[in-house]
Amino acid sequence: MDARVDRKGKRTRWRKHDTELTLLALPTAIWYVLFCFLPMFGVIIAFKDFRIHGNFVHNVFNSAWVGFKNFEFLFKSNDAWIVIRNTIGYNIIFIILGIAVPVTLALMVGQLHSRKAAKVYQTMMFLPYFLSWVVVSAVVWAFLSYDKGIFNQFLSDFGRSPKNWYMEASYWPYFLVFMNMWKGLGYGMVIYLATITSMDSTYYEAAVIDGATKWQQTRYITLPLMKFVIVLMFILAVGHIFSTDFGLFFQVPRDSNSLYNVTTTVDVLVFKQLKTATVGMASASSFLQSVLGCAMILTANWVVRRVDPDSAMI
Amino acid sequence: MSTQTSYDSGLDKFNRIGRGTNVIFHLIFILLALLCLIPVVVVLSISLSDESSIRESGYHILPTVLSGDAYNYIVKQGSMMTRALGVSVLVTAAGTLIGVLLTTSMGYVLSRPNYKLNGLLTWIVFIPMIFNGGLVSSYYINSSLLGLKNTIWALILPLAVSSFNVIICRTFFKSTIPDGLIESAEIDGAGQFRIYFTIVLPISLPVLATIGLFLCFSYWNDWFQSLLYIDDQNLYSLQALLNSLMSNVDALARNASTMGVSYAQLVATMPKESARMAVAIIIVLPVALAYPFFQKYFISGLTVGAVKG
Repeated sequence: MDARVDRKGKRTRWRKHDTELTLLALPTAIWYVLFCFLPMFGVIIAFKDFRIHGNFVHNVFNSAWVGFKNFEFLFKSNDAWIVIRNTIGYNIIFIILGIAVPVTLALMVGQLHSRKAAKVYQTMMFLPYFLSWVVVSAVVWAFLSYDKGIFNQFLSDFGRSPKNWYMEASYWPYFLVFMNMWKGLGYGMVIYLATITSMDSTYYEAAVIDGATKWQQTRYITLPLMKFVIVLMFILAVGHIFSTDFGLFFQVPRDSNSLYNVTTTVDVLVFKQLKTATVGMASASSFLQSVLGCAMILTANWVVRRVDPDSAMI
Repeated sequence: MSTQTSYDSGLDKFNRIGRGTNVIFHLIFILLALLCLIPVVVVLSISLSDESSIRESGYHILPTVLSGDAYNYIVKQGSMMTRALGVSVLVTAAGTLIGVLLTTSMGYVLSRPNYKLNGLLTWIVFIPMIFNGGLVSSYYINSSLLGLKNTIWALILPLAVSSFNVIICRTFFKSTIPDGLIESAEIDGAGQFRIYFTIVLPISLPVLATIGLFLCFSYWNDWFQSLLYIDDQNLYSLQALLNSLMSNVDALARNASTMGVSYAQLVATMPKESARMAVAIIIVLPVALAYPFFQKYFISGLTVGAVKG
């Protein structure tokens, strides 16, 4: 292949081709340094009494070390418990429903007699995935607004008094779970359907000859073959258990104060602290989220490696 | 895919689910599909409703009194709307172009087996998938150190590259571009830039389309970067404009008051409710019309992702 290869098959010299490839990769490498690696070092502001105004580099170097003070404040605040409960609680529900429902629907859509209809349903159900959270929040507003919303009109049509939905915390866990499913369903179905359609059809032919019913085929062929994808999706989701979709929890409830207890997750808290300039606590929460997220991903990857080495990320 | 062709065979016909079950499944999916579609229809119909009918009887699934006032108003209102549209289009176009170039060039370099710095660059791409500096640190680096606050670049640069996309590209180049093609070009004396731009990119349209579409949709739909970095209303994208209209009913009217018309009069006459939803429709319409045609690219992209993890 290459003339300048030594006996072990390794190239020894730096060639013109290496220089050119380096130049070609340079812009992207610089992007990575600026937007990914600098922030990694920036996490030291979590351990500092950081000031916002003035020169950034100067501030980072000259602000006083405060050790774990920022973290102490964070955990002493009332927010900590609510936020941890919400973040992990919602994620557990999302993980369970986010696997069970799309898998079931993917199994069902694969069985429909009409391929064309199946395609149409899939396309329609994929639509919410392409809407931004701002638009979704406008959609939700059209349904839930107090004086004009469609829900309240239904209520008054049935002779009930209208509700101020954006103040009723007890309903929002259901709304949020519903909206999350609504937006992600089409995407989930595609992933599982891709697995189903790539399965070897001879299994099914053999099963049919043996007289297996549709339910038995699903139970003993399709689901076992899907197991690895399901496990993989599960573990990847577990790896992100400390992060939530900021749009869902901030945009959709319209940052309503009455809903604080049921809608504030780590991402919402970090954003609010950032915007209200409580930099110390914001950077502490954000730092914790990154570190715990990293730990979860590595753990998840370790588990995947034990279950199925080929699916492991690292 | 094989199921489709074998459907007509006797075996498969025998193997279908029962007629009754089929009907029930269809009903369930019709219901779900409507559930996904109706909200968008509602927004469209509100945007086409007469403002006074909304004020009297609220939003409806179908408009009681049809009216194009909201769109008229937006067109007349002009500057703010066209500016936001311009920002959105510019950010989407520039971001997609820059993103595709940065992503594919790195993907190509990583796909070259006998490149010296392959290991180092792989780590540079890989580490950010596991650990990141978090929102606060990124925010301060981007706004203070890199000076992106209130510039159009704040909307473009942070979203340009994702390691996931780079890996999709690398896998694609590795599996579809024959080594012999690159080697023969090298022997003919072509440099790597020339090979990349005149040989590799033109035969890699499927992956360019996939990455390009992913980027295009994420730039068009992005509102978070605006929320973080943009205070200057002149740099609002459509999403940021809608966001401010949703949180502040009078934003449109306040802007109009600079045009010399009495503030109170304008607030009274402007179609606020329907105008908001009209902006939402202007955002949604291109996406809703475009994505069914590109769905197969998305699906192939997602599948690569699902298989690769």
